[in-house]
Amino acid sequence: MTTAAAKIMTQTWQPLCHRDDLVPFSGIAAWIETDEGPAQIAIFYIPVGPNTPGEADHECELFALDHHDPFANANVIARGIVGDLQGEPVVASPIYKQHFRLADGQCLENDDVKLRTWPVGLEGDQVMIQA
Amino acid sequence: MNREAQRLIIIGNGMVGHHLVEQLIERGATAHYAITVFGEERHRAYDRVHLSEYFTGRDADSLALSDVDWYAANGIELRLAEAVTAIDRDAGEVVTAKGRIPYDRLVLATGSYPFVPPIPGSDRDGCLVYRTLDDLDAIRTAAEQASTGVVVGGGLLGLEAANALRGLNLDTAVVEFAPRLMPMQVDSEGGELLREKIEALGVQVHTERATQRIEDGEDATHRMVFQDDKVLEADLIVFSAGIRPRDDLARNSALEMGKRGGVVIDDRCLTSDPAILAVGEVALWNNSIFGLVAPGYQMAKVATDTLLAPFDHIQGESFRGADMSTKLKLLGVDVGAIGDAHGNQTPGARVFRYLDQIKQQYRKLVVSADGRRLVGAMLVGDNGVYDTLLQYYSNGLDLPEEPSSLILPSIEGAPTLGPDALPETATICSCHNVSKGDICATLDTGASDLTTVKGETKASTGCGGCAALLKSVVEHELEARGVAVDHSLCEHFAHTRQGLYDIVRVEGIKTFGELIDKHGNAATHRLGCDICKPAVASILASCFNEPITDAAHIPLQDTNDTFMANMQKNGTYSVVPRVPGGEITPDKLVVLGKVAQKYALYTKVTGGQRIDLFGARLEELPDIWSELLDAGFETGHAYAKSLRTVKSCVGSSWCRYGVQDSVGMAIRLEHRYKGLRSPHKLKFGVSGCTRECAEAQGKDIGVIATEHGWNLYVCGNGGMRPRHAELFATDLDDDRLIQLIDRFLMFYVRTADRLQRTSVWRENLEGGLDYLQEVVIDDRLGIGEELERQMQTVIDTYQCEWADAIDDPEKLKRFRSFVNDSRPDPDIIVTEERGQLRPA
Ligand code: SRM
Ligand SMILES: Cc1cc2nc3c(=O)[nH]c(=O)nc-3n(C[C@H](O)[C@H](O)[C@H](O)COP(=O)(O)OP(=O)(O)OC[C@H]3O[C@@H](n4cnc5c(N)ncnc54)[C@H](O)[C@@H]3O)c2cc1C
Ligand code: SF4
Ligand code: FES
Repeated sequence: MTTAAAKIMTQTWQPLCHRDDLVPFSGIAAWIETDEGPAQIAIFYIPVGPNTPGEADHECELFALDHHDPFANANVIARGIVGDLQGEPVVASPIYKQHFRLADGQCLENDDVKLRTWPVGLEGDQVMIQA
Repeated sequence: MNREAQRLIIIGNGMVGHHLVEQLIERGATAHYAITVFGEERHRAYDRVHLSEYFTGRDADSLALSDVDWYAANGIELRLAEAVTAIDRDAGEVVTAKGRIPYDRLVLATGSYPFVPPIPGSDRDGCLVYRTLDDLDAIRTAAEQASTGVVVGGGLLGLEAANALRGLNLDTAVVEFAPRLMPMQVDSEGGELLREKIEALGVQVHTERATQRIEDGEDATHRMVFQDDKVLEADLIVFSAGIRPRDDLARNSALEMGKRGGVVIDDRCLTSDPAILAVGEVALWNNSIFGLVAPGYQMAKVATDTLLAPFDHIQGESFRGADMSTKLKLLGVDVGAIGDAHGNQTPGARVFRYLDQIKQQYRKLVVSADGRRLVGAMLVGDNGVYDTLLQYYSNGLDLPEEPSSLILPSIEGAPTLGPDALPETATICSCHNVSKGDICATLDTGASDLTTVKGETKASTGCGGCAALLKSVVEHELEARGVAVDHSLCEHFAHTRQGLYDIVRVEGIKTFGELIDKHGNAATHRLGCDICKPAVASILASCFNEPITDAAHIPLQDTNDTFMANMQKNGTYSVVPRVPGGEITPDKLVVLGKVAQKYALYTKVTGGQRIDLFGARLEELPDIWSELLDAGFETGHAYAKSLRTVKSCVGSSWCRYGVQDSVGMAIRLEHRYKGLRSPHKLKFGVSGCTRECAEAQGKDIGVIATEHGWNLYVCGNGGMRPRHAELFATDLDDDRLIQLIDRFLMFYVRTADRLQRTSVWRENLEGGLDYLQEVVIDDRLGIGEELERQMQTVIDTYQCEWADAIDDPEKLKRFRSFVNDSRPDPDIIVTEERGQLRPA
């Protein structure tokens, strides 16, 4: 999970929201402009340990995936349940419950479906995304 | 159909006739025979053994032994409501009202009819029998005008009929000619105990009464006059004085008959005419009629062999008689009889008896002269040891040193017969003749759970008496094969939902984090998943009822619970405020209309008597709800696994038939249980009289008003697999009704599996309805008070989740379309239809 846990920011990173906007062990939706046009993304936040919201210096994990669910054709991924299957963090679509790997967007039920992902990280209390 | 095919006619579409057809199809007989089945009844073959369930919620369709088009799909002509009136053996034809139909082979499967003693007056209106669905319809109709009922005959079926009359709210009596009830199965001591138990249930028992005549009554429709001129009055009389084979077709065509009736068959089920076979209750083998379904099924199997022998040239098994051992629960009283239960058919037999008049249990063993073998047994009041005894009996196992240890109450070290002690030849299911060896064979060829074994062997799909034994054999054999019977909830918890529930309560664990830390499987992330998280959320809510929107609980919830609304296919939500009992003021209706108008919501009346507003965007939900809350609405939990609605009819406040205030009760119940998080959603119904306009018998909890209070029904279901609710308790006052519902619901919450509706839970509950009644009504486990207290905790801590969230900016933060942008989701596109908006 090296890309997703990145902590060193480069110039192409843009600020997204405040750390307090994140919901531990769950997701929120955001709007970004990319080279290919606007995108709706889902940001998932996993503080280390299931019960300890990350301290500022604590390692934590952030993931950014497509908010668009290709099976339901609706923008809902951020509202799915976060979990882990076989040790890999995933999100279950709230509509038809397919699982998507947070690390790379791969759908576990269908090899042909993969959500886009973006590098995301924290700079102080600022959530940054590379888009 | 094959042109060369021979014509096979089966007369009778009852349990055995149907089983024969099943066997024939399974064995490919349709390649050789064009099969026609005649059934005199208008219903296709149904489960007569469970006929009484017609009164407790099942209908003809659910009792049917096949799907509606099964016969046609298998190329078999089924002619219902068409009786065969004669057999013309010379012409090789059968005769019906519609004509003559030729046969090459013929099978008689006409069963038997209830014997009505030729007493003057026994043909009066309201004198009925108990054998077919139509009989039961007639009884039900007659019972509507009746308040008292008598069953003539205190045998097995008579007691079953008495139970049915009791269930129809009649004051019921049983009249038996012999000195005791069930004279065939029990001796005088057992009979006495049985009488005490049955009288304690409010059914009068009159033994040694021979009815002389039936005439007009004074206080009731009929008066029965007995040999000693004593009389008994009743509005309805059901005869259950034994059965007689329906052998007149055979008699009229001069087939060989038994002296007291029955068509004589040999070991191959052939009658005296080799073109004709007979199976089931009409057949007489070795001078015996077998009035049970298991021997009939064995005959069907043998008859199939016989019919196929000309084609496959296999001799097949022969019929060698059958075991008449029975285990039943009559009016909630266990009765079991095995083999020579009276000990009068085995020379030199010895008897052990155990009688406990306090616990009202009677057990008797009949052993061979040398004390080595069990030749019979009798049980009244407790069938706990029946399965073990039957195995000793039917497999000729050596009895233990002290045979009495088998019937004495829990003496240390009393030998129990585990599934491993049974030989491969041991019959596990006698209805379908399935041995332990057959079960092992299916396990060896890949079956790995009970359901598959049932499907492949049919074990436990007949009378169901072998269910517990089958389960223990399958589990034991699976374990012996190293297959762990896995009850884990998911990969994060090696516990069942029930196990987790107990852990949470006993250890007072209040968060998912703590639970997975202490009791989860160590995995790299230990985040849980979409199976265990909502399940644990529900358990925590049932136990502590903290708001689900609290930070610790939010990541556990399905999106519906998170946003307290139901997600629709385009990512918008529906809003369903609570409308208790379906009663709503015009003012509130106006508010709903205004809100829907303002936010352009699609509006529909739901199947649950309330109003659903569809198409709300995530970011609109707080505004919509603050307007609804201001108008006095609260959340309807349409999104939650918890109480949905209590459907009501208008009841005594308006309806000319209503006998209680059903709306009032519905509202009271809805307010009491709203917010109770449970394994699955809960639906109630309350009707103001037996016309049942609220369809309460299709609900998890159904309440129907009576003259004296309320009848409580439980475990009904609409949806995918409809199930009629079962009558649970009668004539309750308001407080007792609520006490029983408290206990019932909490017991369900405690013990059900995740996403298991009460109906499925009930079907999987060992001990069935009786057990449930013992726990909830009789408080046999002594947990009644605890369950009530737990329910009170939930009720006391109730708060409307929307009211709780609406003033908390932290909780509302999530109701934003985008964390960094306030525009609505531009991909939600709607179109207009019939004047409202819907997803494009
Ligand atoms: C809105 C409504 C249909 C309508 O327009 O009338 C409805 C809508 C849904 N039903 Fe229903 N059911 C609605 C009454 C019923 C009824 C009728 C009743 O309650 O009398 C039944 C059959 C009765 C029963 O449940 O025993 C019913 C049996 C189901 C089932 C099958 C349950 C079963 O045990 O077989 C499901 C699926 C499930 O729960 O797993 C289901 C599931 C659903 C879901 C939640 C499906 C989903 O996941 O999206 C629907 C979403 C509701 C929403 O968005 O608000 N709905 N559903 C009704 C809401 C009633 C209410 O006021 O709360
Ligand atoms: C209330 C009740 C409870 C029972 N409980 C048990 C139990 O717990 N365990 C157990 O083993 N057994 C039980 N039995 C007995 C069991 O139902 C019978 O043993 C079984 O149904 C016999 O099957 P059969 O096919 O021989 O007869 P039936 O099921 O009676 O079928 C015969 C069919 O043939 C039809 N028929 C008759 N004559 C003609 C004709 N001329 N033309 C066309 N059709 C005709 C009849 O209408 C009937 O539908 C119970 C029976 C009843 C009534
Ligand atoms: S169930 Fe009875 S009381 Fe209720 S509306 Fe129907 S007829 Fe009237
Ligand atoms: S013994 Fe009747 S179903 Fe198995």
